[in-house]
Amino acid sequence: MGPMIDEVAEKDKKKEKKKVENQEHRAEARKIEVAHQDKEEGQHPLKMKAEGVCAWFGTKQALYDVNMPIYEKEVTAIIGPSGCGKSTLIRCFNRMHETVPGSRFAGDIFLEKESIFDPRMDPVVVRRRVGMVFQKPTPFPTLSIYDNVAIGLRLNGTRDKKVLDEVVEKSLRKAALWEEVKDSLQKAGGALSGGQQQRLCIARALAIELEVLLMDEPCSALDPISTTKIEELIHELRQNYTIIIVTHNMQQAARVSQKTVFLLNGKLIEYDATEKMFTNPENKLTEDYITGRFG
Amino acid sequence: MNFDYQSRRKLTDRTMVFLCGAAAFIAMIPLVSLILYVLLQGFKRLDWSFLTHLPAPVGVAGGGMANALLGTLTLMVLASLVGLPIGIMAGIYLSEYGKKNKFAWAVRFTSDVLSGVPSIVTGIVAYTLVVKPMHNFSAIAGGIALGFMMIPIVTRTTEELVKMVPHSIREASWALGVPQWQTILAIVIRTAKNGILTGVLLSVARIAGETAPLLFTSFNNQFWPKSINEPTASLTVQVFTYAISPFKDWQDQAWTGALVLLILVLAINLAARMFFKNPRGLLR
Repeated sequence: MGPMIDEVAEKDKKKEKKKVENQEHRAEARKIEVAHQDKEEGQHPLKMKAEGVCAWFGTKQALYDVNMPIYEKEVTAIIGPSGCGKSTLIRCFNRMHETVPGSRFAGDIFLEKESIFDPRMDPVVVRRRVGMVFQKPTPFPTLSIYDNVAIGLRLNGTRDKKVLDEVVEKSLRKAALWEEVKDSLQKAGGALSGGQQQRLCIARALAIELEVLLMDEPCSALDPISTTKIEELIHELRQNYTIIIVTHNMQQAARVSQKTVFLLNGKLIEYDATEKMFTNPENKLTEDYITGRFG
Repeated sequence: MNFDYQSRRKLTDRTMVFLCGAAAFIAMIPLVSLILYVLLQGFKRLDWSFLTHLPAPVGVAGGGMANALLGTLTLMVLASLVGLPIGIMAGIYLSEYGKKNKFAWAVRFTSDVLSGVPSIVTGIVAYTLVVKPMHNFSAIAGGIALGFMMIPIVTRTTEELVKMVPHSIREASWALGVPQWQTILAIVIRTAKNGILTGVLLSVARIAGETAPLLFTSFNNQFWPKSINEPTASLTVQVFTYAISPFKDWQDQAWTGALVLLILVLAINLAARMFFKNPRGLLR
């Protein structure tokens, strides 16, 4: 009897400790956030907010209690070494995480005032408002350039050719691809170069009236020139959209983002304005990572 | 010493290449001789009237296999009506919804068993299930028997080809806010379309040459079929009937029928290859 009780008590203690740790972690995160909001005047309004986000693949936990704000018309960069949960985190923002068999999620994410995990919220609707561009360009190989851009609208019920033409041109222009493809809209999307394919994927996402654009290492499969083009494009898109970008490349994070979040082993280590983060990080770990001491 | 070793290795290498090449050559012999022989034997009677005329009575010169050609085409269409919708949809189910569940496992297992069932068994089953209750041989019964044979082939090829569509394409579609059913219909199937078409054509080519199940089901007929609910001639059964007959003219016609059948199957196979070679497809 005795040892069992001990064991239980031990477990409880551990739980208690974890809880306290978590609370501390959370409190810390809040502090960072609040401090941040106080610091900057004329801050953009809040667009999305992650609260206590935890994520699992099977029994393996990938994210631990991540809290972070996403401000409207800003670029938020997520950095960290491989396997730290960057991609998992960004895939929570449009509920793509749950498409992986065996995955689990806890916590909450808000899009403006609504929780995207509200049971009445259809993930399909969330994904129309929060679009995504993947690491590897994924144009639909059997569709033409035109159809690649138009498909989102078409499948959502728009049939009017005039409307479609207009949206396709507008989206391709926004993705800085129009000039290169306007004479070959009927060619296959897969026939474009890697960088063009990635911009096609951006155009495809922009065509469905989205508000937030998630980019999961959008340049890691591209050459330097295409990368520059995508980065310029991110600057342009920021005028109208809220962007979250996962990147392996710290210079890229410094170039394109206004806010940066540093993840390590699934935990949020630091969140701050990009400039501050790259010049004077609060946390020793962040400093070590940014200066290239690990990762 | 070192040179010795090298030359021995070269010799082994050359011997193996020679042996494999010779085996490949021998493997070609039956195929080439078959095609050549059917061509030589069948070419004599191959003309336009063979393709457009009904069989002539014994002793009367001329006559053709027009009704059998039409019958084979009818049977192919009927079999496709039975086999394709079920096969394609089952394949999509297996690949998209039933990755691991027990039911899908059972479907896969029975498909594999079914595709190994001798075709004459399928014929007897179709006879019992269709011909007996309907009280007559018919193209419908033949089509159903051939359709049964198509289902497992089409199911498994569709499953494999739909599975080949990369997961990233599905994810990209979900990320555009496209629901799962539309993702399957508009994106996944469209991407796998040419592959599925290839599988379909190959399965049609496969059943076009079946004889055994038709002996019990569509049987044979010397005249134009008036409906699909009566005994119907087919190239295979007609070739069989003529080939075992004692008349020289009929035997010659059997060869020509075989040649026509061979050309038909080859044409379908070639079409299938074109779809496969050209992944963007002929039908767009």
